[in-house]
Amino acid sequence: MRYVAPTSIEETVSVLAGDVRAQVYAGATDFIPQLRMGRPEPGVAVDLKRIDRLTDLRREGDTWVIGAATPSARLSEEEDLVAELPGLVEAAHLIGSDQIQSRASLGGNLCNASPAADSVPAMVVNDGRAVIAGPAGMRTIPVASVVTGPGSTSLATDEFLVELVFDRPPPRTADAYLRFIPRTEMDIAVVGAGARLTLDEAGRCQEVSVALGAVAPTVVMVPAAADILVGNPLTDEALKRVAAEASAVCNPIDDKRGTKAYRRQVAGVLAVRALRLAADRAARTG
Amino acid sequence: MTVTATTTDPQPGYKWVGTRPVRHDGLDKVTGRARYGADLNLPGMLIGAVLRSPHAHARILSIDTSAAEAMEGVRAVVTGADFPMLESGGEGSGEEYYDPLDLCRNVMARDKVLYEGHALAAVAATSRREALAALAAIEVDYEVLPHVLDVSEAMAPDAPILHEDLITEGVEPVPTTPSNVASRYVIDRGDIEKGFAEADVIVEREFVTQPVHQGYIEPHAVVADVGEDGKATVFCSSQGHFMVRAHTAELLGWEPSRVKVIPAEIGGGFGGKTTVYVEPVATRLSQKAGRPVKIVMTRDEVFRATGPTSGCKIRLKVGATRDGRLTAVSGSMAYQAGAFKGSPVSLGCMCAFAPYTIENVFLEGFDVVVNMPKVTAYRAPGAPMASFASETLLDEIAERVGMDPLEFRLHNAAEEGVRSVYGPIHKRIGFRETVEAVRDHPHYSIELGPNQGRGVASGFWFNFGGSSSATVHINEDGTASVLTGSPDIGGSRASMALMAAEELGIDVYDVTPIVSDTESVGYTDVTGGSRVTHATGLAVIDACRKVVADLRARAAMVWDVDVDEVEWVDGRAQHVSGDRAPMTTRDLAADAAGTGGPITASAAVNARGAGAAFSTQVCDVEVDPETGYVKILRYTTAQDAGRAIHPSYVEGQMQGGVAQGIGWALNEEYIFDADGTMENPGFLDYRMPVASDLPMIDTVIVEVPNPGHPYGVRGVGEVGIVPPMAAVANAIHDATGLRLSELPMSPVKVLEAIGANGG
Ligand SMILES: Cc1cc2nc3c(=O)[nH]c(=O)nc-3n(C[C@H](O)[C@H](O)[C@H](O)COP(=O)(O)OP(=O)(O)OC[C@H]3O[C@@H](n4cnc5c(N)ncnc54)[C@H](O)[C@@H]3O)c2cc1C
Repeated sequence: MRYVAPTSIEETVSVLAGDVRAQVYAGATDFIPQLRMGRPEPGVAVDLKRIDRLTDLRREGDTWVIGAATPSARLSEEEDLVAELPGLVEAAHLIGSDQIQSRASLGGNLCNASPAADSVPAMVVNDGRAVIAGPAGMRTIPVASVVTGPGSTSLATDEFLVELVFDRPPPRTADAYLRFIPRTEMDIAVVGAGARLTLDEAGRCQEVSVALGAVAPTVVMVPAAADILVGNPLTDEALKRVAAEASAVCNPIDDKRGTKAYRRQVAGVLAVRALRLAADRAARTG
Repeated sequence: MTVTATTTDPQPGYKWVGTRPVRHDGLDKVTGRARYGADLNLPGMLIGAVLRSPHAHARILSIDTSAAEAMEGVRAVVTGADFPMLESGGEGSGEEYYDPLDLCRNVMARDKVLYEGHALAAVAATSRREALAALAAIEVDYEVLPHVLDVSEAMAPDAPILHEDLITEGVEPVPTTPSNVASRYVIDRGDIEKGFAEADVIVEREFVTQPVHQGYIEPHAVVADVGEDGKATVFCSSQGHFMVRAHTAELLGWEPSRVKVIPAEIGGGFGGKTTVYVEPVATRLSQKAGRPVKIVMTRDEVFRATGPTSGCKIRLKVGATRDGRLTAVSGSMAYQAGAFKGSPVSLGCMCAFAPYTIENVFLEGFDVVVNMPKVTAYRAPGAPMASFASETLLDEIAERVGMDPLEFRLHNAAEEGVRSVYGPIHKRIGFRETVEAVRDHPHYSIELGPNQGRGVASGFWFNFGGSSSATVHINEDGTASVLTGSPDIGGSRASMALMAAEELGIDVYDVTPIVSDTESVGYTDVTGGSRVTHATGLAVIDACRKVVADLRARAAMVWDVDVDEVEWVDGRAQHVSGDRAPMTTRDLAADAAGTGGPITASAAVNARGAGAAFSTQVCDVEVDPETGYVKILRYTTAQDAGRAIHPSYVEGQMQGGVAQGIGWALNEEYIFDADGTMENPGFLDYRMPVASDLPMIDTVIVEVPNPGHPYGVRGVGEVGIVPPMAAVANAIHDATGLRLSELPMSPVKVLEAIGANGG
C-alpha cells in the first residue's frame, strides 16, 4: 500500500485516474478499522486532509459549505452554524467521541455508506448537495443520491467528494436529529431520525421533512409526514399517524443490534420526537 | 501461620488502617510508565500468532504446517503435537479448579476443535505480518460436526456430544453413555415437601442468562524467553504468576522450577486471568526458535478464546408464610461450562439463598459442556446469575405478602450461629447490617417520578483464604520493602503498605510494596476469591511482627536489657522503664551489621478464616415506555468489608462490581450466529457500560469485623457484582409492573415485554 497526500483537487483526480485500486480517506476512522478487520488494502491510500478546500467550513452567500474532510468537531465550534442547523450539528456531534470527532468527517460518514451513519439523515432533511470531482470536472448531486446501498455509492472509482452544501434556513425553520442506541455513547444507531420543518406564523407546519437511518439499506424518507402535517399544527393525533407512517416505510433487518419489529416501532417514536424538537426550535427562531 | 486471630476493637486506635494514601503504584499508572504485559520488548524477539478454529465443532483430520515453516521470517511453528498429553485429574470446583487434560486441550486443540476460536497451531516469526501470513499458509482439514450452545439443547438426549469420554458425575446409577452433562451437584436439606406445605405463598419462575465476558481492558500478553540452559523466563500479566509457572511447566512437561515468571502490571482480570492461554505456547515457540517470543492477543481473540462466564437456565420455586417467613426453596440450575467441564454451577447453588435462613432446601445444579470457550472465573463465579433468579423471586414474594423488600430480608436474615443454606454454621457476619444501611440511607426514601422504579437485592460471597507468602526487608535507611506474590488488581499494594506501616509503626510512604517474581518470594495462590487483603495481608502482618520482634531484640542487645524491657511504639524501640533514649527503625537499621546482620523476615500462611461477604444494593431506574431504554438514575451499595484497610479501594471494588453487574443486567451478552460464530467480539457490540451510562454509585462501607483476621478484614472484591441484576430487574418491575426473567434486559427485550403486556 502506497501513501499519498495530494494538496489539490486536480492532483487528487490524477492520482485516482492513475490507479483503480486507489482509495481516498479523510479522518480514517472507518478506513483504518476496516483494514484491521481484514478488508483488502488499497493500492494507494490517498489522504485528502492536505487539500484546503476539503477541510474548510464557510458561509457562502445563502449557503453553508462544509469540506468533505472537515473534522466534525469543527461544526460545533461554528456558533452560527449551530444556531442555523442545530440538527446537523447534533448529528455530527453524536459520531463516536470527542477523539473520534476530531478526525471523523461528514464526507467520510456519507461515503462510507453505512445504513446507520448518523449525519446522513440530518443532511438529507436539509436538502444537502454533494459536490463531486472527477476527470470530467465537478458535478453536484443531492446527498440523498450518493449512497446506493450498504457500502456502495454512486461515485465512480475515479471520483471523490469535495464538499457538502446546505441552504441557510428561512425563518421559523429548524432541524433535529435523534438516534437510539442501547448505551449513551460510543455506539451505532439502532434507529436514527432526522426532521426539519418550517412553521407559519400561526404555528402550523409549512414544510416538513423526515428521514430515517439504520432502518433500511439507505436512508428512507417519510413523505407521508408532510402530507399529514403541512397546513396543520403538531397535534398528538397527527403525530401518531406520522409515527405509524414512519414505522411503515422502514425496511429493517434483524441483527445483533436490534430486531425488525423493534426498529420499526422505535423509528416511529424517534420521528415524532425529532419533529417535536425541531418544532420547538423553529418556534424559538420565529 | 502464627498470627492469631483476635477480635478487633470496633473503635480501634489505628494509625494507618482506614486512611486513604495515594497508591504507591499510582503515578506510574497515570503517567503510562507502568509496564503491562505487552510493554516488554527484548532484542531478537519474535512475534507469535495463534491459528484458531473457524468452526464451533470439528474433527481435525490433518494439519499441514510445512508451507508455513518454509516461509520468510518464520522461526518456529507448533501444534498440539508439540505438547504432552496430560492425564485427567484434579477435583473440586471454583476459582482454582482445573483438569490438566482439559487445560492442555484448551491451550492447543488435539483431535477436535470445540469452539470457534479454539487454538490449534501457532507460529513465531520476525514480524506480525509474517506470522499472520504463515498462519494463513497452515492447511487444516476439518470434518465439521454439529455444534450446540444452548444448555437445554446440550442436555437433550440427541445433542451433539463434545467429549466421547464424558460420563456424568454425581448421578446414580452411573450412566453408561457419554453426554454433555459433566456433573450433577445437589444441596438437599430439610424437607421441601413439608416446607412448601407450610407456605401460604409460592412463586416459581424460569430464568435465562447469557454468557458474559470479564471485559478486562488489557488483552492477554506474554513474552517468553527460553535460554540455552533450558530454563524459561516468562513475563506476563496474570492474576497469579505462580499459577502461570505451574500451568506453563505442566503443559510443557517440565518441573515448575524450570520456569520463572515475572509479573507484569495487570490491566484487569476479574477472574479471567486465573488460567493460561498463550503463555505455554509462547514458551514452546521460544524453546524451538531459540529466541524470545511475544504473543499479544487481539480483542477479538480475547472474546473468542478466553473465559466468559456461563450463560444458564435456572428454575426456582420459593415458598413463604403469610407473615413473610421463608419455608422452602427448590429448583435446578444448568450452567454452560464452555468446551470443558467446570462451570461454577455448584457455587451458584450454594450462594443463591445464602443470605437467608431457610430450613428446607433442594437445589440441583448441572455442569454442561457446550461449544464455546471454556468458562473462567468471573467475580464471585456462579453467584450473580443464581442470585438474579433468587433475589427476583424474593422481591415477588415480599410483594405478595405485602412486606417492604428490605424488611422481608431482615425478617429472614442469616445470622451468626445459624446453619447456612450451603452447609457450614455462619460465623459473625454482617448481612443484617448491610440491609439496615440501605434502609437508613437517604436514597431509599427519595421520591420517584413517572416511569421510575426502585429495586433492592442482596448477595453473598464466601471469600477465600489460601496460600500466601511475604517477605519484609528493613532497608539501610530504616524504610521497609514488602514483597508479596500477589498481583495487584485492585489496590492491594496500598493495603499491604498500610498494614505494614501499622505493624512497623513507620510512615506508609516509607514502605515500598512490591509484587515479586516467582523466584523472589514464596509461593502464593492467585489473586482471586477476594483473598489478597485477607490472606496475603496476614502474611505481611506476620512477617512485620517477626521484624518487630527482631528489632526489639536488637534494641535489647544494644541496651543490654531483657527483651521484655523493650516496647515497640510508633516505629521505635522504647525502654519500658524509660532511662534509655528510644531507637528508631532507622537507628536500628543503620547499626544492623553490628546487631546480627540485615533485618529481614518472611512469613507464609494458608489462611482459613476468610469471613463471608454480603452486599445489599438499591437501584432506581427510569424506563422509556416507547423505546424500552432503561436509565439507571441512582445506585447505592452497602457492603460488609469487615475492616476497610484503604477505604478508597474498598469503594472502588464495590463500585466496580456494580458497574459490571449493571452491564450484565442491561446489555452484555455473547451473540452467536447459526454456525456458532461469535458475532460481537468487540466493545462496540459487546456492550459494556460506558462512563456516561452510570450514575455516581454511592457506597456505604459496613464494618462488622471478621474474627479470622487481626484487623477484621473481609474480602471485598467480588460480592458487589452479585446483587445488581436482580436490583435492576426489581426496579424495572417497580417502574413497569413487569417481571423480566431473561438477561440481558436490553431495550429490545424490555420493549417486547411492554408490548406483550399491552403497553
Ligand atoms: C470508535 C468509533 C465510534 C464511531 N461512532 C460513530 C457514530 O456514533 N456514528 C457514526 O455515524 N459513525 C461512527 N463511527 C464511524 C466513523 O467515525 C464515521 O463514519 C466518520 O464520519 C467517518 O469519517 P472519516 O473522515 O473518518 O472517514 P474515513 O474513514 O476517512 O472514510 C470512510 C469511507 O469513506 C470514503 N471517503 C472518505 N472521504 C471521502 C471523499 N471525500 N470522497 C469519497 N470517498 C470518501 C473512504 O474511502 C472510506 O471508504 C465511529 C467510528 C469509530 C472508530
